[in-house]
Amino acid sequence: MFYREAGDFKTSYVDDNQTFPIKFDRYRYYVVLFAAFAIVPFIINDYWVNAVFLPFLIYAIAAIGLNILTGYCGQVSLGTGGFMAVGAYACYKLMTGFPEVSIFIHIILSGGITAAVCVVFGLPSLRIKGFYLAVATLAAQFFLVWLFNKVSWFYNYSASGQINAPERTIFGIAVTGAQTAPWAAYLFCLIFTFASAIIARNLTRGMTGRKWMAIRDMDIAAEIIGVNPLKAKLSAFAASGFFVGIAGALFFAVYLGAVEVGEVFGITKSFLVLFMIIIGGLGSIFGSFAGAAFLVLLPVLLKNVLVGTLGWPTDLAAHLEFMIVGALIVIFLIAEPHGLAQLWRVAKEKLRLWPFPH
Amino acid sequence: MLDASEGYTTEDGRKIGGVVMEMKNITLRFGGVVAIQDISFDIRQGEIRAIIGPNGAGKSSMLNVISGFYHPQEGEVWYKGERRPAMKPYEVARQGIARTFQNIALFEGMSVLDNVMTGRIRQMKSGLFAQALWKGKAEREEVENRAFVERIIDFLEIQHIRKTPVGRLPYGLKKRVELARALAAEPSILLLDEPMAGMNVEEKEDMSRFVLDVNDEFGTTIALIEHDMGVVMDLSDRVVVMDYGKKIGDGTPDEVRGNQAVIDAYLGVAHD
Repeated sequence: MFYREAGDFKTSYVDDNQTFPIKFDRYRYYVVLFAAFAIVPFIINDYWVNAVFLPFLIYAIAAIGLNILTGYCGQVSLGTGGFMAVGAYACYKLMTGFPEVSIFIHIILSGGITAAVCVVFGLPSLRIKGFYLAVATLAAQFFLVWLFNKVSWFYNYSASGQINAPERTIFGIAVTGAQTAPWAAYLFCLIFTFASAIIARNLTRGMTGRKWMAIRDMDIAAEIIGVNPLKAKLSAFAASGFFVGIAGALFFAVYLGAVEVGEVFGITKSFLVLFMIIIGGLGSIFGSFAGAAFLVLLPVLLKNVLVGTLGWPTDLAAHLEFMIVGALIVIFLIAEPHGLAQLWRVAKEKLRLWPFPH
Repeated sequence: MLDASEGYTTEDGRKIGGVVMEMKNITLRFGGVVAIQDISFDIRQGEIRAIIGPNGAGKSSMLNVISGFYHPQEGEVWYKGERRPAMKPYEVARQGIARTFQNIALFEGMSVLDNVMTGRIRQMKSGLFAQALWKGKAEREEVENRAFVERIIDFLEIQHIRKTPVGRLPYGLKKRVELARALAAEPSILLLDEPMAGMNVEEKEDMSRFVLDVNDEFGTTIALIEHDMGVVMDLSDRVVVMDYGKKIGDGTPDEVRGNQAVIDAYLGVAHD
């Protein structure tokens, strides 16, 4: 009854263009924001932060990044893991090379560096499409991981070959390193996730987003109405790389603290993020969040139910968890191939008409 | 022949200006196949110019040459008094040549509004960073161009489907949305590739009305390909007739109708 467009008249194009045109949606959004910034930090503990919130927030950024490239611009990429590694190593080199500069700036710069690398690996997209492009980005994945293993300059010649995040503070509060309080790490990531989502939304609702989607839907028509395919594709690679790089930097510096590149940023990471956007919904910012939530929260939830509630042995639960998550993914994709975002859209459309069926 | 600088007045009293685009001795080959052979014609400011001909005559190839999709092996394209060098299609579009397609080429995943807004690409210039911030230049530009796009949407009577994804629309409406997208670019020449293909009589009448109104209201120069002879003869000011890649006629609809070569191409030659 309250989910209505009726009576909510838009009198300017600015009003009509806003992200949440329906009043109820808008308030819901403010409530979620308020809860995320002002309530959650006070009640979370170490377990919640490390098992749920940090991976969710960071994967959401990575998923937004990949969604820009694959969901909006239609360029399939299997190099996400490699590009996250670029962000992580860029961040490490910046943190150790310029310790006096704020970590905040380091992470943004890591995004910028990853964007540049991403553009270079995006160059083949001008010639090849679809599966073939996926294979080309796969090459990026393997090359980058090999590079960070092989060239010891990247890990400052440490004997273990690992990179470790030194402690860095913002306003005197540690956000990386062992002394970090759970709420500080959470808030630090939340700010980046929030900003990423807003920027991604702005990019995709304007002319840039239209150019990307035009290339995705019909590249020849896009070119004939005046979209420069070179610029459009490379700008998508750059924007995508920026977000993926930030996700990689946060993943290393705030979440894990220590990284061995082959283990953390391998091909499985690329697939994980790709599954997130497929399950969440291609071409949707909300879908990026939904997909990240699905793949991060579901295993945690299952583990808690199986081990905590039902009292099963941990090893059995761990294996069953894989099977259940896998089965759920298949069921989801059969029921709604366009992902959780589409389910959400359908639900909203129904709500708008409720209690009438049509 | 008409002088390049001077125009003429049509039967219904519209003033037609000087030459906007001139094709000079265009020859286009695909391997051994000659799609267009030594064709010259011009398009004048404000006129409705039709290209007709039987199937496989090379009409669409000609349109593709104009929109920069094909590059002719011989001949020159002159646009606004200058020789146009070989260009990419998007560069041609930025010069103010918009077109629609024989098989609709809309962006199916986007709403009608977004499709039409994409047509404003030439007018919207804010960069990546301005758009990332949104507030300020990007938003201002969006609103200004939205106002123009809304005029086009009004004009073509597609207000009710503004926010509908194009993939869900029926054929006739899609054709109209495609015309809206091309118009949104404020083109100096609008190329229409079979705008009435696959339509019923009523839809054809609607579309003809829109074509005439566009020409009348915005003064847009229009070049169109069409198979329906009745429509072509009624709409256009001058007609180029092609057959097997050659030009066999050029003139007002009445002149073309009386041309023996054209009659032969369409009706066949009597064997006596």
